[in-house]
Amino acid sequence: MPTFAFDDDAVTVIIGSGAGGGTLAHELTRRGIKVVLLEAGKREAPETFSQSPNEAFGMLTWLDPRSQSGDWSVARDFPTLPVWHCKTVGGSTVHWTAASLRLHEWELKPATTFGRMAGSSYVDWPIPYKELLDYYRLAEKRMYVTRRNGIPGLPASNNFKVFYQGAKKLGYRKVHTNYMAINSRPQDERSICLQQGFCVQGCKVAAKWSTLYTEIPRAEATGKLDLRVGAQATRIEHGKDGRVTAVLYRDAEGREQRQKARLVCVAGNGIETPRLLLLSDSARFPDGLANASGNVGRHYTRHTMGFVWGVFDHPVHMYRGAVLAGLVEDETVHDARRGFAGGYHLELCALDLPSFPQVGMPYGWGRDFARTIESYANMAGMLIVGEDVPRADNRITLDPVRRDRWGLPIPHLHVDEHDNNLAMRHHAQERGNMLYEAAGAKQVLFGPPPPATHNMGSCRMSADRRDGVCNSHGQTHDIPNLFISDGSQFTSSGSANPTLTIVALALRQAEYIAKQMTARAI
Amino acid sequence: MEQPSPLPWLIDRRRFLQNVTGVITGVLVAGSPLALLAPSRSWAIELGSLSSDEGTTLMAMLRSLAPHDHLEDAAYAMVVKGIDRKAGQDQALRTMLKDGLSQLNADGPFAGQDEDRRVALLRRIEATPFFQSVRVDNLMMLYDTPQAAALCGYEGEVFSKGGYLYRGFNDLKWLPDPPLADAGPLDL
Repeated sequence: MPTFAFDDDAVTVIIGSGAGGGTLAHELTRRGIKVVLLEAGKREAPETFSQSPNEAFGMLTWLDPRSQSGDWSVARDFPTLPVWHCKTVGGSTVHWTAASLRLHEWELKPATTFGRMAGSSYVDWPIPYKELLDYYRLAEKRMYVTRRNGIPGLPASNNFKVFYQGAKKLGYRKVHTNYMAINSRPQDERSICLQQGFCVQGCKVAAKWSTLYTEIPRAEATGKLDLRVGAQATRIEHGKDGRVTAVLYRDAEGREQRQKARLVCVAGNGIETPRLLLLSDSARFPDGLANASGNVGRHYTRHTMGFVWGVFDHPVHMYRGAVLAGLVEDETVHDARRGFAGGYHLELCALDLPSFPQVGMPYGWGRDFARTIESYANMAGMLIVGEDVPRADNRITLDPVRRDRWGLPIPHLHVDEHDNNLAMRHHAQERGNMLYEAAGAKQVLFGPPPPATHNMGSCRMSADRRDGVCNSHGQTHDIPNLFISDGSQFTSSGSANPTLTIVALALRQAEYIAKQMTARAI
Repeated sequence: MEQPSPLPWLIDRRRFLQNVTGVITGVLVAGSPLALLAPSRSWAIELGSLSSDEGTTLMAMLRSLAPHDHLEDAAYAMVVKGIDRKAGQDQALRTMLKDGLSQLNADGPFAGQDEDRRVALLRRIEATPFFQSVRVDNLMMLYDTPQAAALCGYEGEVFSKGGYLYRGFNDLKWLPDPPLADAGPLDL
């Protein structure tokens, strides 16, 4: 593997190796573009993934401190861990559960579709749906998504059988084992899914797509990738012309390094990406990079989430099998008669035993709580994934007081949930309740939203430079050689798990970057 | 946030280098998942931060937070050991625990009270950082023990056995199977 010189100003520096950064690294290097890929975490492999849920959590999770405020329940339930994403090569594609859903055309036009909504900051996406659809198709091929391109669906698990029965009794029509980037047959030189139920701990047989063992090794094979692990970016520097010129980072030994760059692409997940731009303030850019419009860190969205657990008379063993392999699509419509804007998915979900009481029902104690946990084997589960209304003041800022180990301000999250979210969650929980009752549940329990795994919108793309941070290619409005390459660039959350869209946008961005480089525009 | 640890409170050789501040002992229940592994059914955990009395109080608190009648003391003792170990690395936590536990014993030994009384005492301190810290650690550690897994019917990792693909991921028979079109074939 080549090691490019620190003063090589022809390289593209990508920060973060997850769905966005890892895919982009492969796409650029296979076009002959030299890439330095900075990853803050270590490099694991299927052989090193832990089979203890608690240990795996410690191994893969971004545990650097974050502070938070606002009325969202996560602030109460998970005060020290408001978001749950990864710090490891492959980023959150190591722990993701592989649901690969497309946004719908109307979800790209929320301002138009929903009309004026007080307390929201919607704008429409600046990208034509037809064009995005082309990249969805490419991404689905790349990731071997089931139920697309003739790839069979995953088989029905016990948890899915319960889910399916209830959903069909309720009259739902589009119910199936989800669009999953998990092998339902051997392909891409990777195993089929062995239904271990350990998706979140890292797939031991690599049946689940992850940039860790797909895009990144392929990028390395081109000879054009210099992957630096344990390298945490701390600042992006710019020159007199306002273009970015270098990235400062701490290497695995904690030493400060400076890598020169022709181009910088930031893909550090929805919290760290805006934080890095804010940390890179200068005399010329006193509010941080690419922040002339004041939108860096704002409009931060997750998804409207929540768990529904059904308790049955007979065993389910929900932990056996691919975690998210089940989907109801019927509620993914905009129907104002339901009392809220936007749509949601009901997705099959299971939690392992150590995680269930921590994440699935995090505030219980006493007799009732203990009795619930004891019915774990007879439980079926689902997760609500719905539109989250963007608000200008739901945002990532720099904590005014607390510092990380490098002396830099930690990120602060502020989230006040819009009433639309509450109405949607209530509707979805009621539907989930009815679904499990229709399947014969003797008890149905609701779990609150977990720490946010889908972090979007905090450097959003916009047609008008006053409304966002970047254009439809992720290129920042203010600085032509600075790109946003992760879910931060989403204009709105929609109701689709974000990874497929992140990958589709990375494929599209790579084409754009290569063309712009050839034209010497960047 | 402190990194959670898997099962280091079972065997932790560093403990031998530290002072022992307390001991809790008990006997494994016949049929305990640990009884198969342990050379003897008697167990003892050595504490490095808490006294024996504090350990006993903490164990009673854990059982009141998660009262599983069929879960043996050894499972709760593992959590005591895990919390004691964390306290050994964190002075602020150690102080908070000692203060909180002593407050629980203010009107006589907490461990000697009946369950209603213990629950009432805990309700009073539900909002305190001490209570929340112990409650969350208990969730994290108790349900990671082999005894809790056995009690709740959780089989855990199965990679070493080839996954649940042939070990029951689809063995549910009390509902009909969904049609193939909405699921997918088994790849044999």
